[in-house]
Amino acid sequence: MKNHVLRPLWVAIGAVALVLIVRHLMVPADFGVHGKNFTYGFHRQGSIADWQDVGVKYKGKEICKECHEDKCTDNASAKHSRLECENCHGPAMNHPEDPAKLVIDRSRDLCLRCHASLPYPNNPRGRIPGIDPVTHNPGQECSACHNPHKPNLEAM
Amino acid sequence: MSQTRRDLLKKVIIGSIGATVSLDLFRFLSPAQLQAAIGDQAVRWVFLVDTTKCVGCGLCVKACKKENEVPYDVPVTRTWVERYVVTKDGRSHIDTPNGGRDGFVDKKIQGEEIRDQDINKAFFVPKLCNQCENPACVQVCPVGATYQTKDGVTLVDRKWCIGCGYCIMACPYGVRFFHPIHKVAEKCTFCYHRISKGLKPACVQACPFGARQLGNLKNPDDPVAQIIKTQRVGVLKDEYGTKPQVFYIGLDTNVR
Repeated sequence: MKNHVLRPLWVAIGAVALVLIVRHLMVPADFGVHGKNFTYGFHRQGSIADWQDVGVKYKGKEICKECHEDKCTDNASAKHSRLECENCHGPAMNHPEDPAKLVIDRSRDLCLRCHASLPYPNNPRGRIPGIDPVTHNPGQECSACHNPHKPNLEAM
Repeated sequence: MSQTRRDLLKKVIIGSIGATVSLDLFRFLSPAQLQAAIGDQAVRWVFLVDTTKCVGCGLCVKACKKENEVPYDVPVTRTWVERYVVTKDGRSHIDTPNGGRDGFVDKKIQGEEIRDQDINKAFFVPKLCNQCENPACVQVCPVGATYQTKDGVTLVDRKWCIGCGYCIMACPYGVRFFHPIHKVAEKCTFCYHRISKGLKPACVQACPFGARQLGNLKNPDDPVAQIIKTQRVGVLKDEYGTKPQVFYIGLDTNVR
């Protein structure tokens, strides 16, 4: 066959081969259809393990009891027992190794999330004891008067 | 030996049928093998939001951002809480300051003062990824970086995502965003790392009022599955046909 026909043919074949080689090297072996079908399940299988291996930061109040039993017992009978310790004390992560001390959020803003009065009808927010942050001891930390673990308005 | 045309056609037909029948036809599968083969399994994660219990404290948003390392002060979030205040003139006032990360402490909505006596009803609606049965975001991904797991959670492969943003545009619920650090599409995973280890998602654990719950729809004894099957629940934007799997108790027509 004539040279001017063969030469472009070899170039085309070479280009296709190059694409196939690059694809073979770049695309991971575990890439394929793993879910229910091609539309929703076409992915790299290893990605699922990547997500499962992410570290857990919020450990839950059960582990707090192991060392801080006094605080937990105090809290258990209070209305605030519905709160997770970590909601105010921050994520435990690998405490007590890392971090050795948790940073406690003592700000008014934290308490106001629930206790800033919003008198909405038929809304559970209206049933929580609430204050007007502008007039109720502005600038003061709530914990100066209220015990956050076991708040008790009657005893005040 | 003589052979008619009829004989020849008969033999050809019998022969070709015989060649297509494989021995697999005579193999018996155990139920477990069958389940594995068709990608079926015993878990389908679903979410239940009880809007009648939500007080808008925003502790779920805070916990989510910290658990999943979503930059805290950037206005992006995997889950958020919306406030709806419907006044007597029929208008609905909606806001979600910082996604509700710091709760709702101000009566003002978008700077507008609303008098208490003008309020007809007010409620909070937590939102998160609906982990749709037919996720539009997965269909549009050009590179196979986002996908649905067999237990029904839609995930993003951070190593494979090219950051084109098609999925962010495709989601009818606006739950996806661009991760400012990893430079890939980001979304709620139902805390896949936690639920795979038998823990609750961070937002569910942080909620003091039980407004957010996770369940397994395929477990008939699961309390959340029980509620979804036996009580009146709603979903968001049903008309898109994505079959969302986050169910709401006490949904209002004003919720969009």
